[in-house]
Amino acid sequence: MRRFKILEYALASLLRRPVKTAAILVVYTLMIVVLATVLLLTHALKTEAVNLLADGPELVVQRTMAGRHELVPVAAAQTVAAIPGVSAATPRVWGYYYDSLTGANYTLLGVDAAEPSLELLAGRLPQGDGECAIGAGVAAVRKVAVNDDLILIDANNIGAIFTVTGIFRAESRLLTEDLLVMPMAPLRRFFGMPAELATDLAVSVRNPSEVDTVANKVKRALPDSRPITRKELLRTYHAVFDWRGGMLLALFASALLAFCIMAWDKATGLSAGERREIGILKAVGWDTADVLLLKAWEGLAVSLLAFLLGFALAFGLVFWWGAPLLGVVLRGWSVLFPELRPTPYVDLYQVATLAFLTIVPYVASTVIPAWRAATTDPDEVMRQ
Amino acid sequence: MIRCRVYLAVTALLAATLVGLLGWARQSAADFGRDALPAQRQLVAVLSLTDLALWSEARYTRHPSMTDLFSPFQDHPGAPEHFPAGALLAPTGPRPATTLEVRRHGEGGR
Repeated sequence: MRRFKILEYALASLLRRPVKTAAILVVYTLMIVVLATVLLLTHALKTEAVNLLADGPELVVQRTMAGRHELVPVAAAQTVAAIPGVSAATPRVWGYYYDSLTGANYTLLGVDAAEPSLELLAGRLPQGDGECAIGAGVAAVRKVAVNDDLILIDANNIGAIFTVTGIFRAESRLLTEDLLVMPMAPLRRFFGMPAELATDLAVSVRNPSEVDTVANKVKRALPDSRPITRKELLRTYHAVFDWRGGMLLALFASALLAFCIMAWDKATGLSAGERREIGILKAVGWDTADVLLLKAWEGLAVSLLAFLLGFALAFGLVFWWGAPLLGVVLRGWSVLFPELRPTPYVDLYQVATLAFLTIVPYVASTVIPAWRAATTDPDEVMRQ
Repeated sequence: MIRCRVYLAVTALLAATLVGLLGWARQSAADFGRDALPAQRQLVAVLSLTDLALWSEARYTRHPSMTDLFSPFQDHPGAPEHFPAGALLAPTGPRPATTLEVRRHGEGGR
């Protein structure tokens, strides 16, 4: 009961300075919204990438020349397929297309015409010349629907007409936003790529634990190759999002610094009124422990409210409203950028870390100066 | 004690909301893993996809795992590309106000 009475007194004390308290609460909440948005979004995207791409190629073999990615001879697939443990080595044909009409970059991908139908494709995969399936982003930016025609400029600078046979559903936007899929042979002609070359090789390995060994053997058999294992691919995504998270956090550090300056100002500059209040409380019989408890409640009341409000707001912004503020920052130069509605993967450790790093410093900055005032003689404190 | 009661009630409500949100997130992630993930993984497996279609502005952002590691400066996946230029220059591109529809001979209007 005594503690509740002290809390009541702390709340009354905060409400005696309504403007100052409201200002601190707003700034504090906004800071937590920003930090929590970054942490929630980057963690959700990272987890989603790792989950989605877990069924990607076990091994991709690229060829490098003069320090750059180079087209690989299709014959190299036979060399790789002959390595013990390899079940298949399939040449992949893919590349990029800059659409000057919209300023967007598309990723063009060749598929085997015998591929099964896809659940996330409205329509069907392209089967022959002059057909393609496109991502929802391409469909939106070019304003085309299934059975419409899409005109692209090929390697010979001649317009090529493709009938859209399917559009990837919005649920797959994170994977297919800028994708344009067509059969291998027409794509080779479109790019002007010789039939004996491919972009890279996708390799299937019978035993997943042998992937690294196979990668080493590929490197020995084809010295100019660069094997990329699925493990490396997933590790890239950990690094990419950590880096981006870190970069954004560095940018938002200025906001954090401003908040710290405010908290420090509050900590060092205990006002004369507050000092007098502490002195009077001590004079009427409050213990130092009671004064400290009062100040701890004052700090905790503000910071707990700000944290809960800020985190709930950030959660809504990221998982329901598509991160409207951060999305603009993340979008960068991309013309096609999928709507950010990541699956809500939340790391409880991150929530706890955020709570600890924001609540504890604020409460400490409230209690420490009060402790200094509370341990001095009440008469001296009131006379200051 | 009215302020104390109101504050504790509001805080408890917000804490319950937070727990509810975390519970919803856990359930949604589990539902996604059960219902939607298999179809997405089928797409990844059939098309041999290696990267997310998030940033299509450059090779190293569209396919960070496939990019050539050795090209100097901008093509390195760890290089801070477009920074600080990207932070100062707003990306602009052509925004066509009209569209051109091309039809084959003999096709009806839409």
